[in-house]
Amino acid sequence: MTDTTANTDQPSTATVAPEAMAWDNRTRRVVTIYVPLACFVFILLFPFYWMAVTSFKPNAELYDYKTYNPFWIAKPTFDHINKLLFETSYPRWIVTTMTVAVCATFLSLVSSVLAAYAIQRLRFQGSQYVGLAIYLAYLVPPSILFIPLATMVYQFGLFDSPLALILTYPTFLVPFCTWLLIGYFKSIPYELEECALIDGATRLQILRRITLPLAVPGLISAGIFSFTLSWNEFIYSLAFIQSSENKTVPVAILTELISGDVYQWGALMAGSLLGSLPVAIFYSFFVDYYVSSLTGAVKE
Amino acid sequence: MAGTDVTYAQWTRPKIEPSWLVRLFDWKPFLIFMCMLPAAGLLLVFLTYPLGLGMWLAFTDTTIGRSGVWVGLENFEYLMGDRLFWQAVFYSVFYTTVATVGKFALGLWLALLLNNHLPFKSVLRAIILLPWIVPTVLSAIAFWWIYDAQFSIISYVFVDVLGWRTTYFDFLGSTWPARWSLIAANIWRGIPFVAITLLAGLQTISPSLYEAALLDGSSGWQRFRYITFPLLLPILAIVMTFSIIFTFTDFQLVYAITRGGPVNSTHLLATLAFQRGIPGGNLGEGAAIAVSMIPFLVFATLFSYFALARRKWQQGEAND
Repeated sequence: MTDTTANTDQPSTATVAPEAMAWDNRTRRVVTIYVPLACFVFILLFPFYWMAVTSFKPNAELYDYKTYNPFWIAKPTFDHINKLLFETSYPRWIVTTMTVAVCATFLSLVSSVLAAYAIQRLRFQGSQYVGLAIYLAYLVPPSILFIPLATMVYQFGLFDSPLALILTYPTFLVPFCTWLLIGYFKSIPYELEECALIDGATRLQILRRITLPLAVPGLISAGIFSFTLSWNEFIYSLAFIQSSENKTVPVAILTELISGDVYQWGALMAGSLLGSLPVAIFYSFFVDYYVSSLTGAVKE
Repeated sequence: MAGTDVTYAQWTRPKIEPSWLVRLFDWKPFLIFMCMLPAAGLLLVFLTYPLGLGMWLAFTDTTIGRSGVWVGLENFEYLMGDRLFWQAVFYSVFYTTVATVGKFALGLWLALLLNNHLPFKSVLRAIILLPWIVPTVLSAIAFWWIYDAQFSIISYVFVDVLGWRTTYFDFLGSTWPARWSLIAANIWRGIPFVAITLLAGLQTISPSLYEAALLDGSSGWQRFRYITFPLLLPILAIVMTFSIIFTFTDFQLVYAITRGGPVNSTHLLATLAFQRGIPGGNLGEGAAIAVSMIPFLVFATLFSYFALARRKWQQGEAND
């Protein structure tokens, strides 16, 4: 099945004329690989297409499939986006989400770099157990933690403040980043650090001048991943934030844009599209880092 | 400091004595402590402590605005007799099982397809990962719109374009269709993660194994069964653990699309815990529901641990 579909038939069809065999192989390849692949891509992308189409459709077309073809837009309009940007606090939500995501990412990145360096390079007694504990911490899902965290946030007087999110997001970011960076540090030759030690550098100088510059791709991976995860986060933000202006985009769309029984689908889709764009743009620049961190984190 | 003694300074270059602070930071135990402090502090305060606090809350009658007293197993006893709780347990298990099977069957298939020589492979991979990158709630809203009772595009295609049905689908209006619709959305979102991670696993399998098998006259199925699958098993087990844990404790998708409805039939344990705990105000009961997820998670984690113990297959292989 893998990598070998083209060769599979060679022994059995060796007697058939070469042209027929080539044709046979090509059709076979189209049917077994390209057709299923096209279906997959279509299904995986269709919701985004639908989201985009809906957000630029005027209401008249949106609710009338008989006279307009729903798959296309007869008269594109920016009404929904205008409404979203100027009649709701959408820009405000974007700013809040961005601030929270950037701060939480920064906080987790700094603490993860230090922790990963200590676990992987300073090598103290029981460091592998600390590594294992951090891996296990990654397996604790936010769904079990949000109720006790809500009571804590309330006691600390952080309820309804973005600071509560900045402090709680690292609970799932730090384990992930540390795990990723441990794997990354492992790939940097230890000899480089030994040389620096012989030359009289202190440990912190080694971390700053040698290890970190070499680990930049790992840092980028961890950083963009944390940013995406923070942008994605929902349950903490739903539980800890009450006032409209402090909400993050996913929560605000779901709780503020839905008023009464009539759903403003155009505005909802426009909100989802705009909310997805920052992450998608970010993603398009760093695809390879995403893939490597995704696969690296699982493999390590 | 070092240059005060003239004769000493004459025959040896004045050595810059590092300040006590620098020396302190070069003292390994202290450095380790300082390095571990931020991460350990954050995790202990915001992860370990809440985990314990959650377990304690499950045995109290805390409500919002009032700290509760110890009530023993009362919350759990109440939940034992609560039909809604058992329904949520059932649906959580059902949702996790079906969605995981679906995700892994389709994800493995997609990974095998992507492992062929294809033009624009990296572009393809980037596109496929997109559903996983976009915030879940936002794609869930798109699914909500796709599942709309009156304006569902799927219904439109089946009724008006293909003419296979006469009535529109009622995706979210009744129990079982709503359950299956949520599972479909979850599978949609999970396929990219499974496919891309399994693809990475597939790429570490040495082609020479397939060549050897070809020389021995093996069939395509045999090569999959005896080479691909066993070598993929360790990574499969890890990815599956992650997938099971995060599907079982899923919240966003259900909350965004159905909020547990119709008539509470699509509640997962997480959404039920939220509903009872935060808007309902019964923190103790919500915590008890959340705590009841832990046995399932421990089971999944042990599964992962034993899979991890066997990960010698991957010895310093580069990604991709």
